Parts: sequence; C-alpha cells; structure tokens
Amino acid sequence: MNKIKRETQELTVRVWRGKEDGKLVTYQVMSRENQTILDIITEIQRFQEPGLAYRFACRVGVCGSCAMTVNGRPRWTCRTHVKKVSHEGVLTIEPLRNLPRIKDLVCDLAPFIDTWQRAGAPFSGTKTRNDAPALVDPESSTRRAAEAGLQCINCAVCYSACDVVSWNRNYIGPAGLNRAWTLINDIRHSDRKQTFDQAFGDGGCGSCHSHGNCTRHCPIELNPSESIAGLKRVAFKGLPKDV
Amino acid sequence: MNPLRNHKSYLAAIGHRVSGIALALFLPFHFLLLGSALDGAQGLDRFLVYTDLTPVKVAEWGLVMMLSVHLFFGIRVLFLEFTRWPGHVNDLAGWVVPCCIAALFVGTVFVIQVL
Repeated sequence: MNKIKRETQELTVRVWRGKEDGKLVTYQVMSRENQTILDIITEIQRFQEPGLAYRFACRVGVCGSCAMTVNGRPRWTCRTHVKKVSHEGVLTIEPLRNLPRIKDLVCDLAPFIDTWQRAGAPFSGTKTRNDAPALVDPESSTRRAAEAGLQCINCAVCYSACDVVSWNRNYIGPAGLNRAWTLINDIRHSDRKQTFDQAFGDGGCGSCHSHGNCTRHCPIELNPSESIAGLKRVAFKGLPKDV
Repeated sequence: MNPLRNHKSYLAAIGHRVSGIALALFLPFHFLLLGSALDGAQGLDRFLVYTDLTPVKVAEWGLVMMLSVHLFFGIRVLFLEFTRWPGHVNDLAGWVVPCCIAALFVGTVFVIQVL
C-alpha cells in the first residue's frame, strides 16, 4: 500500500529555462522509490519538455559532466538521490553558479577549464620515452599529498560553491589550485617552482578565505581546502621535500 | 539564507573580516589619540574625559569585542591553514562557538572592570 501511495505522489520541480535572463518553469514529475536528480531531468526532457538542454554522459559519477545547482547547492546530479535533497516534494534545479549560462541547465565550462592553465597545471616531465620510468615511493609524503587530490573529476562543483570565485572572477578557484598542489608534490614534474609561482600569483591561493565550501561540496570527498592551505604553507616553508 | 553561506565557517570568516575592518578604521584614531600624549599630558587628558561618558564606554566595549573576535577567529584560521589532520575543515567549524564564547568572556571581563 505504501509503495502504491509513494508512486502516485508527485514532485514539484522548478527548472531554469533560458540564459541569464531566463526563468524557473514548474513541472510535475512522478515520485519514485529510487530516483536521482538526473532521472528527474531526463524524465522532463523525454516526456514533457523535449527542448530542455542539460549535460550528462556516464550517469555513474565518473565523468563529472552533470553537475547542477539543486535547491541552492551545487551537486553531481547522477549520484544525488531526490529523497536526500527535496524539501517537502519541491526541487529547484538551476545551472552551476559562477559560470556563464548557455541554455537552460548547460553552462560554459571554459572559464573553469582556463583556471587549470592559470594555476600552472600542465604536467611536464623530465624524462623521455627512452628513459626508465621514474621510481615513486607510494609511502613518501609528497606522493601521499598528491594522491589525496588526484581523483578530481573536474565537475566544477567546488568552483560553483566557492564564494571567493563569485566575488573575484580572477580567482583561480579550488579545482585549479588543487591540481597545482598535486603537481607541486609530483617529483616527476619538471618545474614545480614555476607551478607554485603561478598558483601563488595574482588570483592564486592567497585569495582563498578558507570558508571550506569546496571541501563541503566536493562529491568525491576531496579536500581542496587542504590543498590550498598546503600551497600557502609552501610560501613559508618552501617546496615540499620527498620524505 | 543562501544555503552556501548557512554554515559556521562562513560566519567565522565574516566575523573575522568585519572585525578586522572595524579595527582598521579604529586604530588610526587610537594611535592619533595616543600620539597626542607626545606633546604633554594635557593633550591626551582633553580626550580622556570623554571616556567617562556611557556611549564611549559602550563603544570601547564594542572595540574590545571586535579585538577578541578577530583574535580568536584569527587563531582558528591559523590552525586551519598551518596544521593538518583528517577532516579538520569540519572539526574547525566546531571551534566557532567556543571562539564566540571566548570573545564574550573577554567582553564580560571588560564590562566588570569598567563597572
């Protein structure tokens, strides 16, 4: 009986339509026992609003392309269950904050991707294909520090959650700085000093106010706050040594 | 309230910043006043009579509170950025209430001293 009752309940879903000057449009969607936010969006697009634009790919929390703002918080929608985030059966779904809107729930990720370059994030090795692979001790402090931030899926949730980014568009943001921190701890990287100089330069780690929103919202539970704090410590202690 | 700002760390950051700005505005006047003593006690005494006025005492209490809020939230930031332990971002959010209580304690001591 309970199951039948649940399946006849409806969710009120307010979805952002249009660009910056768009508006929220309300749809009614059937509430089901197991339902993610991405399921809701897909159902609206397939059965009610074929013109609804949104972005997704893997649907299993690997690609990081389906991030949106759900009830005011950035989330990966493919792994966010409706039951966890709906307020009395109401959902408000908008594109990510801090990024230009293209259409409906799709935003332009170029400013986010650009921050990686500005953080000095491209890897450049010291060896050629003719050299033996570098030996990296998995227990060394540098490797463990790099390992802690390596799994970033580039979903831009941290960038969207960050208040400093919303105040200062010149700020590199948590993901770019996290990437810079992993490179600074990568002993194979040829120019760690150059990476640090860029990550510490204008709009770099010194702009972080340590609100911790990036860490609170990271869907895979990375700790960009700690990476940024690590960069700040480098300014005092110098580049991390491999111990 | 914006859900992204509805957490203790945000309140701590805003408290630290607002108290810092208030102190930055106050301190030049404070040093100007102290500097007036360089030309003799009379210059400073001319201002010190105002400290007996109730509004000035309330303002002084506010400044002491700002100083202590800035101090304790500043210590929290230093721990956040210079120390490492698992989950410390959330742990240090738990410091916000104790920091506020410590600042209130300092403010209370000041009030007792003044009364």
